[in-house]
Amino acid sequence: MSKGRVWKYGDDVNTDVIYAGRYTYQQLEPAEMAKKAFEDLDPAFASGVKPGDVIVAGKNFGCGSSREQAAACLRYAGVQAVIAKSFSRIYFRNAINLGLAVLQSLDAPDALPSGDEIDIDFEGGRILSGGRVFTFFPLPESVLGIVRAGGLLEWTKKKLATP
Amino acid sequence: MKQTFSEKILSRKAGRSVRAGEVITASPDFYLSHDNSSAIIGEFKKLGLAKVKAPGKIVIILDHIVPASEEKYAQNHKTIREFVRAQGLPHFFDIQHGVCHQVLSESGFALPGRLIMGSDSHTTTYGAYGAFAAGIGRTEMASIWATDEIWLRVPETLRIEFRGAFPRGVFAKDAILKVIGDNGADRANYEAVEFAGPASSSFSLASRMVLANMAAEMGAKNGYFAPDDLTLDWARAHGRGGFEPVSSDPGAAYEAVLDCDLSVLEPQIACPHTVDNVKPVREVEGKPFHQALLGTCTNGRFEDLEVAARILTGRTVHPGIRLLVLPASRAVYLEAMKAGLLEILSEAGGVILNPGCGPCLGAHEGLLAPGEVVVGTSNRNFKGRMGGRDSEIYLASPATVAASALEGKIADPRKYL
Ligand code: SF4
Repeated sequence: MSKGRVWKYGDDVNTDVIYAGRYTYQQLEPAEMAKKAFEDLDPAFASGVKPGDVIVAGKNFGCGSSREQAAACLRYAGVQAVIAKSFSRIYFRNAINLGLAVLQSLDAPDALPSGDEIDIDFEGGRILSGGRVFTFFPLPESVLGIVRAGGLLEWTKKKLATP
Repeated sequence: MKQTFSEKILSRKAGRSVRAGEVITASPDFYLSHDNSSAIIGEFKKLGLAKVKAPGKIVIILDHIVPASEEKYAQNHKTIREFVRAQGLPHFFDIQHGVCHQVLSESGFALPGRLIMGSDSHTTTYGAYGAFAAGIGRTEMASIWATDEIWLRVPETLRIEFRGAFPRGVFAKDAILKVIGDNGADRANYEAVEFAGPASSSFSLASRMVLANMAAEMGAKNGYFAPDDLTLDWARAHGRGGFEPVSSDPGAAYEAVLDCDLSVLEPQIACPHTVDNVKPVREVEGKPFHQALLGTCTNGRFEDLEVAARILTGRTVHPGIRLLVLPASRAVYLEAMKAGLLEILSEAGGVILNPGCGPCLGAHEGLLAPGEVVVGTSNRNFKGRMGGRDSEIYLASPATVAASALEGKIADPRKYL
């Protein structure tokens, strides 16, 4: 189980509002990237986010460009997972390959308000909030391993090192 | 449980029954990369491994900038050749073969039921042969080289049912442009697109490749045609190794089913700067332009050159137009040469380029100057893709491109066919 606090957004949150185009061709340090997260959607996010917080959103999260920073900036900000009704294909892959858990849930997004404290059971595919239980498609162990390792390259290195 | 073809192929690969939304780990049958193999080699080296895991599954085809136009590209190719030799990779296709998607297909790697990953977004093309084929990034490809594994989310499926027959002058490209125009460039985001319906088996394999190729332009993870006699006969004659055809179960769950009546279609054109900005050709008829491009992995096969040659036989392209002809592969080039098509296209004023990606990605030849307009048969018209920042790209069928080249302005091909 892993505890977190909810930041709630709507449908079609695109990569531009997660990480603005004006920064994509600048080489920024992780801490700097974290400060740009959601700059154009929710200016309060970057200063208020705490390690372990969770983004909850509607359908098609991460639509738009393929920029990896839109996943990286959330991870650097300490976000442990994004729970959404659906994800854009490229965002979904980028997120996991960069070590950010992306969980597809049909029932949790409508029910969880901003500020809610939730527990995520990554292995069991459950989200617990004040006695209520929601479900998501659990990520298999191999993919969770990528997230826990901090991304695909790190995971591959670890895997190669274990005989 | 009734399953879609994607669920079936990925169930087989996962070793258990899976449904859309689940994530599996799979070992692909083949993995493709092209000139970007040098970048993948760079990532692979970071892993500190001496050898790739499964050399026989790696297919490398040099096509993007061939022959090398600059020293740095020559160096990339050299790095790749050295790696191929050092690793003993058996499936390497050097610069003379053509566009990766055409070469991989005609070399018999793309077969029914296979799982193929490619570090190119139009890897979807192999769905024409009943394979599950999807594009991935470079880092992921390096990881596959190292582990022979990839994680995949089982996609939901959008089914598109074709019925009726094409009217004269209307082709597969018009059908897919119409579908994308009506439904949007993100309609099939992360989904599999299954091309079906009573008319789907009337499409030639080359035409199926047009649709599966352009599925990527709807945001799809993969495109697919159920293997039929045409596919199976081809696969038996040309396939490398065995294969197991897979089709969706009747009654499988689809995200949606769209209907497309071919008999009411007319020639279509995608206008700048998005692939879903599609109009009937007649609405933009008369628009002047500078360059015509016939070819690429979308429409550079024999049937494409053949219809263009039919329109251009005994005629010459408009003096204001540069017609570039880019056969998709050396095999297509040879076949078109023997059939006299290249002669017709050259006599008409066309510049016959060597097989490869050529001007399609705006990297090394046939570039547009600022403000110029191209009408081509490729698959993407994003701003600046083929040269100057404010140049414009229109996408259409080979017939529309040939008719337009003839007139020097965008033209409806039906009067020539
Ligand atoms: S022909 Fe164009 S779309 Fe096809 S692989 Fe080459 S660059 Fe990509």
